[in-house]
Amino acid sequence: MDRGGEQRVRRAPAASGRRARAAVLGALALAAALGGCAPIEPWVKPYEREHLADPIMALSRNSIAASYRDHMFETREGSHGATGAVGGGCGCN
Amino acid sequence: MSARRLLPPFLRTLLALGAVAAPALLAGVLPEDEADLMYHSYQGGDITVRGPSVLIRKKVGDSLSLTYNYYEDMISSASIDVKLSASPYHEIRKQNSFGADYLHGKTTYSVGYIYSKEPDYIASTTYYSLSQDMFGDLTTVTLGYRRGWDQVYRDLCAAPHPTDSECPDIINDPTFHQRADHWGYTFGLTQILTRNLLATLNYEIDTDQGYLANPYRQIRYASTGGAGFTLAPQIYPNTRTSNAASVLLKYYLPWRATLTGSYRFYHDTWDVTGSTLEADYTLPAWKRWIFDGSVRYYTQTHASFFSDLFPYANYSNFMARDRELAAFDSWTLGLGATYEFDIPRAPWIHKSTANIRYDRMMIDYKDYRDALLAAQYGAGNEPLYKLDANVLEVFLSIWY
Amino acid sequence: MRNRIAAIIAAAALALPALAADPTGAPAPQFTLGSKAGSAVSLAQYKGQVVMLNFWASWCGPCRQEMPLLESIYKKYNRLGFTLIGVNVEPDSNAANEWLKQTPVSFPILYDKDSKVSKMYDVAGMPSTVIIDRTGKVRMLHRGYKPGDENEYLDSIRTLVRE
Repeated sequence: MDRGGEQRVRRAPAASGRRARAAVLGALALAAALGGCAPIEPWVKPYEREHLADPIMALSRNSIAASYRDHMFETREGSHGATGAVGGGCGCN
Repeated sequence: MSARRLLPPFLRTLLALGAVAAPALLAGVLPEDEADLMYHSYQGGDITVRGPSVLIRKKVGDSLSLTYNYYEDMISSASIDVKLSASPYHEIRKQNSFGADYLHGKTTYSVGYIYSKEPDYIASTTYYSLSQDMFGDLTTVTLGYRRGWDQVYRDLCAAPHPTDSECPDIINDPTFHQRADHWGYTFGLTQILTRNLLATLNYEIDTDQGYLANPYRQIRYASTGGAGFTLAPQIYPNTRTSNAASVLLKYYLPWRATLTGSYRFYHDTWDVTGSTLEADYTLPAWKRWIFDGSVRYYTQTHASFFSDLFPYANYSNFMARDRELAAFDSWTLGLGATYEFDIPRAPWIHKSTANIRYDRMMIDYKDYRDALLAAQYGAGNEPLYKLDANVLEVFLSIWY
Repeated sequence: MRNRIAAIIAAAALALPALAADPTGAPAPQFTLGSKAGSAVSLAQYKGQVVMLNFWASWCGPCRQEMPLLESIYKKYNRLGFTLIGVNVEPDSNAANEWLKQTPVSFPILYDKDSKVSKMYDVAGMPSTVIIDRTGKVRMLHRGYKPGDENEYLDSIRTLVRE
C-alpha cells in the first residue's frame, strides 16, 4: 500500500463528491424554482369568467359561416391562412 | 370552364377546414351538438356562385364529437377572364368533410378529411390538430398539420359553338392530367388577458408543389394589329411557400357588446404581400336579437411574375395575369342579424337561431385592366378594373 | 454523507409543494352568505352533517348540466344527515335566478357576490365541489363536471354519512 495509491484513492471521491453536491444543489435550486414555487396563478379566476363565457365573446359564433367568409376572401385574394383560432370561453372543466 | 378559373387552385378545399375544424372553439369542452342549414350566394363581376352548406355535429359518448359538412358551389360564370378567352359556363363543385374531436383532460385532438370534386378538379385533404389548455385555462395552444393532394384535369368543348354562349358538350381532355401537393403547419395561441379581453395569435406556413396554375387562364402580350395584344398560356412556378401571421383582440364592452380588431400579414415566395385589417362590432338587442357590423380593408402587392400586359412573347420564365395575383385594395362592409326563436313542439332542441349576413366587397385593382375594352382605349391603356360584389348568407342553426 | 443530506433535501423540496396543494384533511373555512330563501346562512349551522358545497354559475354549461343530478343526490341523502349547498358565484344574481325559475332545486342556494368564499376555498375550476365531513373537515375536492363524476360524489357521501 503506497501513499501515492492511498492519496489517489482519497482524492477521487472528494473531487466527484464536490461535483455531485453541486449537481444536487443545482437540482434543488431548479426544483425550488419550478416546483417549489406555486405554478403561475391564473389572474382571471374561473368564477370571474362570466363575460368570457358569453356567446358574443366567442371567437366565432358559427363555424360554417366563418369558414364560408374565409373562403370568399381567399378565393378572390392572394392571401390565405392564419385565420383559425381556438380558446377563450368559460374555461369550465 | 371550371371553378378554377375563379379560384386560386387548391385553396378552396383547405378552407373547408374552418367548417369542421373550427368547432373546438371553447377550450376544454367539446363543441355542442348542432345542425346548420345555410344558403350562400356571391354575385360580382358577372360571376354568380350559389349553393347550400349543411352541417351536422354530434357527440358520441363524453369524449368524442363528430362533424359532417356537405357544401356545394353552383357556379355560373361570364366573368372578365372568361369573356376574354373562353365561353360562359355552369358548373357544380361538391365537397364532403368529415371531422372528429376527441377530448382528454385538457387536450383536444382533432382529425379530419375533406373531399372536393368538380368536373376538372379533385382535391383531398387530411388534417390533424392538437389543442391544449394551460395556465389555469387562460391560455390555449393549438398546433395543426394538413396535407392535400390534388388531381387537376382540363375540360374541352367537344362541339363547336359561338364564344359568347355555353359549350353544349364538355369533356375532359384525355391528354391533360396533373397533380399538386400541399403541406400546411399552423400554430395558434389564445390568451385571456383580463375578464373582458381576449387575444389570439396565429401563424401558418404552407408549401405547395406541382401544377399550381390554371389550365384555362391566359396572359397577354403587346403585339401589333388587332386588339393590340395576343393571348398566350400562363406559366407558373411549380412551388410556393407562404407565411401568414395574425393577431386579434376581442373586448367586452360594459353595455354588453363586443369589439374585435384584427390584423393579418401575408407573404409568399411569389412575392405577394397582403395586409388585412378588420374591425367587428357585435351588439345583442331586445332579448332575442344579435346584430353584427364589420369593416375590412385589404391591400395586396402583385406576384413577381404578374403583369396585365407583357411587353412581348416569352418575356420571362413565369408569367401570369390572374387578378388574384395583381396589386389591389379592397374594402368589405358587412352587416348581420341573428334571431333566436323557440320551437315549442320540439323540446329536445334547446336553442335555435335564424341568421342573415350581407357583405359588400369592393376591389380596386391597381395594375389589372379591363382587357375587353382594348379596342376602345388601346391595349395597356384600358381603365383599371373595379369589382363590386354582393355576398349573402342565410342560415338556420339548431342546438339539440 | 453531505451528498446524502443534499439528496434528501432535494427530494423533500420536490415533495413539499405536492403536500401543500392538497387541502383534504384541513378544516373547512367558515363563512356566512345571503341565501335565495332570504335569510343569511352560515356553514357552522350544518356542523354534524355531511355538507357538499357546489360552486356554480348560470353561464357555465357543465354547472347547469350537473344541477339536476345534484338535486337527486340531495333528495336521496338529505334524511341521512347530508346537505347540499349551491354557492352561486355571480356578482349579479339575476341570470342565476332566471335559470332557477326554469330548473328549480330544493337545496339552499347562497350568493357569493364578491367572490370571498370562492377565494377562501381556492375555487380553481367551474364547477367546483367540496365535500365536508361531520367534524367540519374538507374530505374531497372535485374540479369540473363530466357525466359520470356524480359517482365519485356518491362514493364519498356514502362513506361519510356512515361516520
